[in-house]
Amino acid sequence: MMSDTGPLLSISGLTKAYPGVVANDTVSFDIGQSEVHALLGENGAGKSTLVKMIYGLVKPDSGTMTWKGQPFTPAEPKAARAAGVAMVFQHFSLFDALNVAENVALGMEDPPPMRDLARKIRQVSETYGLPLDPNRTVGDLSAGERQRVEIIRCLLQDPKLLIMDEPTSVLTPQEVEILFETLNKLKAEGTSILYISHKLEEIRTLCDHATILRLGKNVGECVPAETSARDMAEMMVGDTLQTPTRSTEKAGDVVLDVSGLSLEPANPFGTTLKNIHFTVRGGEILGLGGVAGNGQDELLAALSGETPTWPDAIKVKGSEVGNLGPSARRRLGILAAPEERLGHAAAPDMSLTENALLTGAIREELTSNGFVNWSGTTSFAENIIKSFDVRTPGTHVAARALSGGNLQKFVIGREVLQRPEVLIVNQPTWGVDAAAAAAIRQSLLDLAAGGAAIVVISQDLDELMEISDRFGALNEGRLSDIRPAAGLTIDEIGLMMGGAHGMEAAHIGAEGTPA
Amino acid sequence: MDLSAINPVLLIASLMVAATPLLLAAIGELVVEKAGVLNLGVEGMMIVGAISGFAISVESGSPMLGLIAAMIGGALLSLLFAFLTQFALANQVASGLALTLFGLGLSALMGQSYVGIKPPAMATLDIPVISDIPVIGPILFSHDPVLYIGIALCAGVWAFLKFSRGGLVLRAVGESHDAAHALGYNVIRVRILAIMFGGACAGLGGAYISLIRVPQWTEGMTAGIGWIALALVVFASWKPWRVLLGAYLFGGINVLQLNLQAAGIAIPVEYLAMSPYLITILVLVIMSADKSGAPASLGRTFHASQ
Amino acid sequence: MIKLEKRPMPSRTLSVATPLIAVAITMIAGGLLFSALGKNPFEAIRTIFWDPIFGEFAFYYRPQLLVKGAPLVLIAIGLSLGFKAGIWNIGAEGQYIIGSLCGAAVGLAFYPFDSFVVFPLMILAGALGGWAWAMIPALLKVKFGTNEILVSLMLVYVAEQLLASMSLGLLRNPEGHGFPGSRNFNDYPAGTSWINEAAGLHWGMVFAFIAVIFAYILLNRHILGFNIRLTGEAPRAARFSGVSPTRLILFCLGTSGALAGLAGLFEVSGPGGQVSIDFNVGYGFTAIIVAFLGRLHPVGILLAGLLMALTYIGGEIAQGNLGLPSAAIQVFQGMLLFFLLALDLLTNYRVRFAVKGAA
Repeated sequence: MMSDTGPLLSISGLTKAYPGVVANDTVSFDIGQSEVHALLGENGAGKSTLVKMIYGLVKPDSGTMTWKGQPFTPAEPKAARAAGVAMVFQHFSLFDALNVAENVALGMEDPPPMRDLARKIRQVSETYGLPLDPNRTVGDLSAGERQRVEIIRCLLQDPKLLIMDEPTSVLTPQEVEILFETLNKLKAEGTSILYISHKLEEIRTLCDHATILRLGKNVGECVPAETSARDMAEMMVGDTLQTPTRSTEKAGDVVLDVSGLSLEPANPFGTTLKNIHFTVRGGEILGLGGVAGNGQDELLAALSGETPTWPDAIKVKGSEVGNLGPSARRRLGILAAPEERLGHAAAPDMSLTENALLTGAIREELTSNGFVNWSGTTSFAENIIKSFDVRTPGTHVAARALSGGNLQKFVIGREVLQRPEVLIVNQPTWGVDAAAAAAIRQSLLDLAAGGAAIVVISQDLDELMEISDRFGALNEGRLSDIRPAAGLTIDEIGLMMGGAHGMEAAHIGAEGTPA
Repeated sequence: MDLSAINPVLLIASLMVAATPLLLAAIGELVVEKAGVLNLGVEGMMIVGAISGFAISVESGSPMLGLIAAMIGGALLSLLFAFLTQFALANQVASGLALTLFGLGLSALMGQSYVGIKPPAMATLDIPVISDIPVIGPILFSHDPVLYIGIALCAGVWAFLKFSRGGLVLRAVGESHDAAHALGYNVIRVRILAIMFGGACAGLGGAYISLIRVPQWTEGMTAGIGWIALALVVFASWKPWRVLLGAYLFGGINVLQLNLQAAGIAIPVEYLAMSPYLITILVLVIMSADKSGAPASLGRTFHASQ
Repeated sequence: MIKLEKRPMPSRTLSVATPLIAVAITMIAGGLLFSALGKNPFEAIRTIFWDPIFGEFAFYYRPQLLVKGAPLVLIAIGLSLGFKAGIWNIGAEGQYIIGSLCGAAVGLAFYPFDSFVVFPLMILAGALGGWAWAMIPALLKVKFGTNEILVSLMLVYVAEQLLASMSLGLLRNPEGHGFPGSRNFNDYPAGTSWINEAAGLHWGMVFAFIAVIFAYILLNRHILGFNIRLTGEAPRAARFSGVSPTRLILFCLGTSGALAGLAGLFEVSGPGGQVSIDFNVGYGFTAIIVAFLGRLHPVGILLAGLLMALTYIGGEIAQGNLGLPSAAIQVFQGMLLFFLLALDLLTNYRVRFAVKGAA
């Protein structure tokens, strides 16, 4: 069946530079037939650029690829797909307003008529234990189900190489298990998989071989099963990691009290918040986990005041604030940092000084009678840059010119320096390199030690376990019970996150099927 | 006042004529917007189409050549918009306005020597026997061919968007240009083709006014029909058949108010003349709650950065 | 192959330079257009851009520059606030008409009463009229989410019909022997906007200057101006910052309507003279070009308004002396906007010419 004559895809010396940054610098490695190959690296290490070159979206500046021994230079994704490369994207490849079958058809070269396609989708989804209704609108699906659409789209093409870009970031632990079963089944059928991730334990369970990228360079290879997670992490980061330190203080009085918070979403594909209850004490960090799209953005908007609710749904130190807007809440010391840095937490084309004014105007008293004190604003911005080690030429620089990690430090620093009594952050370290992530987590711990009540919403369970005192999970707009973070097992967390969404029946069926 | 002077059969027949330029322009804009592009230059493309068509049919003596010229004229003008928004990444609202302002000036310049001339007449499609059927004949079977082309175009666009691969790609591009790009579709090419189609339709609609409906050339003769066409796309929730319905509705209002003016009703002429615009606003208000059909990428600039 | 690279920050130099480059390119393209029309391009360009300021009759044309420039600047300043915030009022022409009608109605109601209170009341009425007309799209947008572009534009046609109706009916000069049009404000000292007609000075110019200064301070020093810019750059960030979109829409549309109404009032009670069917000449639309040409910057708009006024005056001279059709000037203005929008690319992107073809 499978020939052992050589690698399926051989990459040698691939280089791609963008202005100011070399995304890939002479990267070489091989992917064998029916091998699960991990591509490991921090954010910004060049993983995405590399797979875009394999998929024909980006052309390399130099270097070569060979596919089954033949030169491989896909000019566009169509050519890559024709050769047998399929890709499951992390973002940006589904169309919310179209249905599942239409989405699948768009990813295929010669899709059969819609009715046949719908039948095929049902068939494949049953074979691989990924239930999916071809007629549903994609915008209404959960994150895990959306990923199924992408996977099925790939499977229908009968790929030789399946590329998966951070596939587990949108899954619950139970869903991850099911995904791995599917991938192992594919591998057994002879498909090679290029698995991109920065989650080390996953790679150790799943992958046969790993290539580690750092700053665009190939810095090492290993057999994950035989390498410790710590060793891989150090290859990936190039440094010994610091774990945040925390002082164990007694929690104070209840500062933030959310009770019976329900909210309709602003956009048609948003999540409805359903009767959310929780309290946070001063000096305490509440971690809220959950798969993306289960109400995280909506909860942050309700807490920051962007979408006001009933007065008594949110209380701070006993006073009702639910109906107040963001400015009034800031006056009371309730600050927030949303997930999306560019465009939500910061205005991309505005300078750091202007971005400091964006949330700092009230608590830092940067205006009088509505007139802006620009010199005061600039020194506030300078203070953020200095205190949080933001790497930038100066305060005049536009926000979009900063790297993800630096901008995130600026955004978190801007709120932390305003001495919040309540701070709500969503995905504080998403897409941020390890050093910056550690600094941000430490600053949140320090802020809590100073007596602030903090809510951290995140999809990174490791992060939440590291810094939270108590833990809860969002699932379809509902919040689970809140439990002490210490001692929670991964299975318990998974069940709090809702287990495997819509998979139960099919999963049981799939277990009975021999792989 | 003599309302009995209004003949319902003629009213319906002329309603269809009045609706056709609107229908043509709106169905073109619908395709453009489905691809995620908001072209506010419809009025400009229509008026340029009106004068291109008029000039060519006067010079050549052939209304058919004129209509083709109008489509080419509209499409050429829309290429300017395509260049600005797809290559120079300019703001679509500003570029559309520029197109309209430029088109109005250009058409006035082109049309200087054509004021007061009568264009060659377009033959109607008088099919023997069935066009002589009372009532139905004059309403349905004795129009110019373009009117039928308009209806066919509406059906064609509907079928294209709903059933064809090209239509699916077009909708995908309008829904999320990033996703379409990631799957390897050429977003810019799809959008330019859509913009040109919209330009050709608007041009044809303009020429319908100057060659068939009026028929003569006066400066600014489209009188806001391009803008009403834009409103019509919102009214129709980006659905082709509802564009047809909307166009006939607006055509009906317009013909009715003209008939009432002619009949000498006691309402001052100016108030009747402003009624189509007021009704457009009213319809916009009623329909703006439903944005479900609006393409998610509408009006956003696309640049494949990396 | 041409490639675009987004600059880390918009280039300040080019942001100032692009309007100038656009003007230069438009002159070249305009020259080609004029020669295509059988005119000597150099003579035409000189007639349009040089003669009104430095020519033989410059003493007559120079004041005209302010007369034509004032309404353009006044309207464009208002529009620029909304454009910056992504609120598109393109119906300034309608607000201009309604402002003139309201202001004129108040003035005509007082006729022939001679008092210094008449004109301030007219100003108030003009501003209120324009404001109220702009409030229609504003309230509809706030309440129902209706598209302000289409509504404000539809209201231009409605306003034109109202203008026709008024100049033929309610506001018609009772002593005008049945001719359409109102009394002439130039014959009513208490109700005219002229400060010194011989010198070509009227109150609209004063207000235009005040508007420029007001807008400059607002945008650069005041939190409201910051909120306007923020909303245009990043609407979600603005909401997160605490900006109320509703209030911003009402403010931007209201202000631009009031300024357009003022422009109409000053025009009808001064250079225009009377309410008549063909009173409006498209200042409300040309002001859109002025706003963009001035890069939505108050000082830029002042200069752009004067330049656009120059093309109007120069165009009229060229029409008289060279027989250049008036539509040619309209095309010229449209081209200017095109080139400007196209060149805008350079401020935000770097254009690179890649040597490699296929790689």
